Amino acid sequence: MPNRSQIQARAAMMRVRFEAAGAHVVDTPLLQPAGTLLDLYGEDIRARAYVTSDALRGEQMLRPDFTLPVVQMHMSEGAEPARYTYSGEVFRRQEHDPDRSNEYIQVGYEVFDREDPAGADAEVFSLFALQLRGLPLRAATGDIGILIAAVAGLKTTDRRKAALMRHLWRPRRFRVLLDRYAGRKAGLEGRDALLDAADPLAIDVPMIGKRRAPEILERIEALREDRAAPPISDNELAGLETLLNVRETMPFALEQLRDVAVDLPQITPALDRLEARIAALQARGVDVNTLDFEASYGRTSMEYYDGFVFGFYAEGRPDLPPVATGGRYDALTRQLGEGAEIPAIGGVIRPDLMLEVEEGAQ
Amino acid sequence: MSLKLGVPSKGRLMDKTFAWFEKRGITLSRSGSDREYAGKVEGIKNVSLILLSAGEIPRELAAGRIHLGVTGVDLVQEKLPRWEQQVEEVAPLGFGKADLIIATPACWVDVDTLDDLDAAAAGFRKAHGHRLRIATKYHRLVREFLTEAGVADYTLVDSQGATEGTVVNETAEAIADITSTGETLRANHLKILSDGLILQSQATLWRSRVASYDAAEKTVLNDLLDRLR
Repeated sequence: MPNRSQIQARAAMMRVRFEAAGAHVVDTPLLQPAGTLLDLYGEDIRARAYVTSDALRGEQMLRPDFTLPVVQMHMSEGAEPARYTYSGEVFRRQEHDPDRSNEYIQVGYEVFDREDPAGADAEVFSLFALQLRGLPLRAATGDIGILIAAVAGLKTTDRRKAALMRHLWRPRRFRVLLDRYAGRKAGLEGRDALLDAADPLAIDVPMIGKRRAPEILERIEALREDRAAPPISDNELAGLETLLNVRETMPFALEQLRDVAVDLPQITPALDRLEARIAALQARGVDVNTLDFEASYGRTSMEYYDGFVFGFYAEGRPDLPPVATGGRYDALTRQLGEGAEIPAIGGVIRPDLMLEVEEGAQ
Repeated sequence: MSLKLGVPSKGRLMDKTFAWFEKRGITLSRSGSDREYAGKVEGIKNVSLILLSAGEIPRELAAGRIHLGVTGVDLVQEKLPRWEQQVEEVAPLGFGKADLIIATPACWVDVDTLDDLDAAAAGFRKAHGHRLRIATKYHRLVREFLTEAGVADYTLVDSQGATEGTVVNETAEAIADITSTGETLRANHLKILSDGLILQSQATLWRSRVASYDAAEKTVLNDLLDRLR
């Protein structure tokens, strides 16, 4: 196993390379106010991050990643365009797997640039590929933006689209909603009686709690609207299912997705962006013909990526977390920017895992 | 050395545990006055009784400071991550039965399932600017359950007692708590979600997988287990 000073030396070396690519070195406090993280990730973050507190500042979290504070810093004081690099410890609770580290170093690179998103995607990916050159790693890529476009353009109610969008990163819940909106799942027993009632709130229990009668009636109205809405069409559903299952090398994936666009024409602009990205990657010398693309890649509830996503995995070591991950997070800058927004993409490498993979390969 | 048996130090749980062992020919009792937390064991040699709060027994088992302990499934699973690695279930004792459930106000006529709860949480957050609060003392179990179910836009708030009252007091919108008959829930105008059962619990005898057992302790353990099973 690599020791701490080896890991730090490797981290320093990689940060220097990112600097050479034009990035400014930044650092962020180890203690982060818990509010922003909780607001963004919800209760799930508590299972992943260490929480501490004092009477004056309230809840704080030990930095679970750099992206959030770096975005905040950029949104409040950064000039455009900007490239940042950093290196330091992050902390993650590991209650289910004692073999995984709860403290490790990440070296990151983040690009804030509105001019050429495809170019920025290719720049970040190829820089990471360069840093990891020679290691027995498999790269995976995806694009959450295609799924977002597909959902946004469904021919169904805005409420349904909003609900699907809200659960885009929770594949199981997304599936349940989709089945229901496609009329594949029977409604809840007794629900019709409630929706048909002239006064659904004519019940003999007192109204208690902060969620009041108007909110309950509003949801019943939404349920009535949903019941009256026609199901999502078989064409659209089949298109979505095909889309989610696309798993090919990049050029073939694009080809398959172009076929999907016959049923789901709304994804065409996102596919044009994918095509531009493929060209930009090729221009930087990436062999796109062997690069994997999975349309469902990157759909986990703890992430904020909404466009291009990528990861590098150790071949033959499914026990190891990815050695590097990254992606585009335009929406995050909107959420944290208080009105401002800027396209952004970045990623992190774990030098400890790099060294471990190197040792294993020797 | 003697085998250490941890038992809840007061109330019905202690009395019923004592009765359960009595039926198997082992007499547990408190020595001295009612206020003293020292115990006596008759009917088997080399077992010592440690009286503890039920909530501390999981931790003591996991630390290996007691070999056997009686406490609820709920407390073991909440307090011990990867509990199967740390303790082994010896025998369910058949009392202290309770369900850990999610309950909402009964007046939420539009909410029957976790799915509804998720939708209500989304609307609530939009209307009130904060997440729907669920009061509980079982943070880990509830969080894992809701994550698995894909419920979003909620937050857990800590409640160590009188949890059913938090909704009326508007410090929470829903609760996740232990109930046996559901009477307290009804009295507080709450209802259980149809798919809101997180865990069925009862008082259980556990063996620590972490504690060290010398030869004498091993003999006593096997002897004791033979009589209990």
